[in-house]
Amino acid sequence: MFIKVNKDKCTGCETCLSSCPYDAIIVKDGKADITELCQLCRSCLSVCPEGAIFEVEEEADKKEKAQGSGVWVFAEQRDGELAGVSFELLGAGRRLAEKLGGEVSAVLFGGSAAGAEELIRWGADKVYHCDDGMFGAFNDEPYAGLLAELITQYRPEIVLAGATPIGRSFFPRVAARLKTGLTADCTSLDIDGETKNLLQVRPAFGGNIMATILCPHTRPQMATVRPRVMKRGEYDASRKGEVVKIRADNVKSRTKVIETIREVSEMSVNLQEANIIVSGGRGMGGEKGFQLLFDLAEALGGCVGASRAAVDEGWIPYRHQVGQTGKTVGPKLYIACGISGAVQHLVGMQSSDIIVAINKNPDAPIFSVATYGIVGDLFEILPLLTKKIKEVKGA
Amino acid sequence: MKIVVCVKQVPDTAEVRINPETNTLIRDGVESIINPYDMHAIEAGLQIREKTGGKVTVLTMGPPQAENALREAISMGVDDAVLLTDRSFAGSDTWATAYALSKAIEHLGADVILCGKQAIDGDTAQVGPEIAEFLDIPHIAYIRKIEDVKEGRIVVQRLMDEGYDLMESSLPVLLTVVRELNVPRMPSLKGKMAAKKAGIKKLTAADIGAEESKLGLRGSPTQVRNIFAPEAKRDRKIIDGTNEEIIDALVKELTGLKCL
Ligand SMILES: Cc1cc2nc3c(=O)[nH]c(=O)nc-3n(C[C@H](O)[C@H](O)[C@H](O)COP(=O)(O)OP(=O)(O)OC[C@H]3O[C@@H](n4cnc5c(N)ncnc54)[C@H](O)[C@@H]3O)c2cc1C
Ligand SMILES: Nc1ncnc2c1ncn2[C@@H]1O[C@H](COP(=O)(O)O)[C@@H](O)[C@H]1O
Repeated sequence: MFIKVNKDKCTGCETCLSSCPYDAIIVKDGKADITELCQLCRSCLSVCPEGAIFEVEEEADKKEKAQGSGVWVFAEQRDGELAGVSFELLGAGRRLAEKLGGEVSAVLFGGSAAGAEELIRWGADKVYHCDDGMFGAFNDEPYAGLLAELITQYRPEIVLAGATPIGRSFFPRVAARLKTGLTADCTSLDIDGETKNLLQVRPAFGGNIMATILCPHTRPQMATVRPRVMKRGEYDASRKGEVVKIRADNVKSRTKVIETIREVSEMSVNLQEANIIVSGGRGMGGEKGFQLLFDLAEALGGCVGASRAAVDEGWIPYRHQVGQTGKTVGPKLYIACGISGAVQHLVGMQSSDIIVAINKNPDAPIFSVATYGIVGDLFEILPLLTKKIKEVKGA
Repeated sequence: MKIVVCVKQVPDTAEVRINPETNTLIRDGVESIINPYDMHAIEAGLQIREKTGGKVTVLTMGPPQAENALREAISMGVDDAVLLTDRSFAGSDTWATAYALSKAIEHLGADVILCGKQAIDGDTAQVGPEIAEFLDIPHIAYIRKIEDVKEGRIVVQRLMDEGYDLMESSLPVLLTVVRELNVPRMPSLKGKMAAKKAGIKKLTAADIGAEESKLGLRGSPTQVRNIFAPEAKRDRKIIDGTNEEIIDALVKELTGLKCL
């Protein structure tokens, strides 16, 4: 498929220019022209007042798509423990499978037999489990090699992983090897009623824009899914399923994990899985200020996040950074303290369920996304809040 | 040591917005920059060169105006700049982009290939690992420190959620880097002069021996169906009163919402 301009109809009015996210439309000799930058997003189709922009189907568009059936989810484990996103993927996988017909299977590399059973209770009909020692720690080549092998053998229609450091690192290798598409960091998945294609919605341009991506002709359709946006499946302790043991005979690895070093202090900083995040910005004034946040996070049982300004000041390590160049988070509760709310910060946290903002400047943009806004001095408010929460929780 | 750094020219996305009424982009005055992560990749390339000797080449695939990004990289001190540009690359998704870049890298030769963790326009973080797969070489993503690099072997720290992994790889290898790795240097005066005069090498699809069917739209398994503005949401509420009143009210609300 490609997009064309009917030069007879085009009046050169330039309306279409600003509709293009990719700067792909230029005006040449008084007429609009679509350049090679076009990504086929179709944004321009509807804006032309003359109806001069249209799409052209090619033979290739009609070609038979590869077959496959069933939804697979990659169940991530770290240190033998299943990552929460695995259960969310099973929930999402079930909903897709209901619309498509077919089974939901989980793939578990490393991890335990008990973990495999747990995946069944969370909604997997089948679990492909390889407990070979080389899968204990995450290593791209063996993970990619074995998953590609399994997909080639069993031909699922859809394969999902968490958009975590692990999923986002090795899924691209698998997709490249299988010559199929991969959509990164999806926040919503659905099935197109007509074509049965997977509709993959994801943020782009730092979250300012959402895009729906299709993988119409190749199978499987692959996506990584942002943690904490999909609802978990139903847990059923009596659910039965099948565990298929997998052997890893011909996987190679040219990289080696020498050592895994944990840097989590008392407070875990696995922000993407946190239910509650207490985040601070330049307004915290320094490391001492951040101590107030650690106190509150501890009282709440949450993690500490930060704006880039605070990270750049060296008050807290980069791994705590939330935003466009940090982590994207979606906790139940996000408390932003002394953060102005620059768009680069907002894109990383605005999908949180409830946002509380504490800022002394009533015009700070953070208030535009806050469920509850508190205009005041955080140095007064935070200690009181921590104390109050301890009281409530202690009771 | 032959080092290739892949850089992408991106719009300064902070300013790209969508007009929710017309579903079109508001882009007035949006500048193009080198993808911020790629700046760290350039710096890493220069630092490896300082240690092992060799040559740093920056490579970008993009329209002719992406040359500006390459000149900026030259001003930081890279030896060579290559612009991969051809009409047949039109509409490439990450698969087709990685394929084309991998063919170009094959053509150039490389021991270490550096990419940014992700590009801030697409935010996919897929091109780096996909290039490695096409080249059939290993990759390690999210490098926050290069501990040691010598002939045939590299040791790095890979940033993970709970800490980091100390990783070893054979060469050639592809690394994607995070901001923690280093602070990109400023261009020197000499570098700026060099950037003005430098010749930019151009490569086309034919030059790198790429298969037509794997390029551009035809080679791209994914398609963008449509774009739209993120929905604005939530009821907002400013809590007023004395500090004590505010906190009581807040804790009550949060308890009601089962947040505590
Ligand atoms: C390409 C790019 C990528 C970026 N990526 C990110 C990113 O990933 N994450 C990110 O966060 N930023 C990012 N930024 C930076 C972003 O633009 C902002 O500069 C940054 O978020 C500002 O941080 P801040 O809100 O902590 O600081 P400021 O903007 O300085 O805000 C501090 C706030 O604290 C308030 N305050 C001060 N004292 C008190 C007090 N005693 N009590 C209450 N309130 C107080 C002030 O009113 C102010 O609103 C990026 C920028 C660029 C260009
Ligand atoms: N067109 C391109 N030209 C050169 N390098 C690119 C290009 N697209 C992506 N890259 C590299 O791949 C990284 C990840 O990009 P992305 O997968 O688009 O998020 C970037 O930081 C660049 O190093």
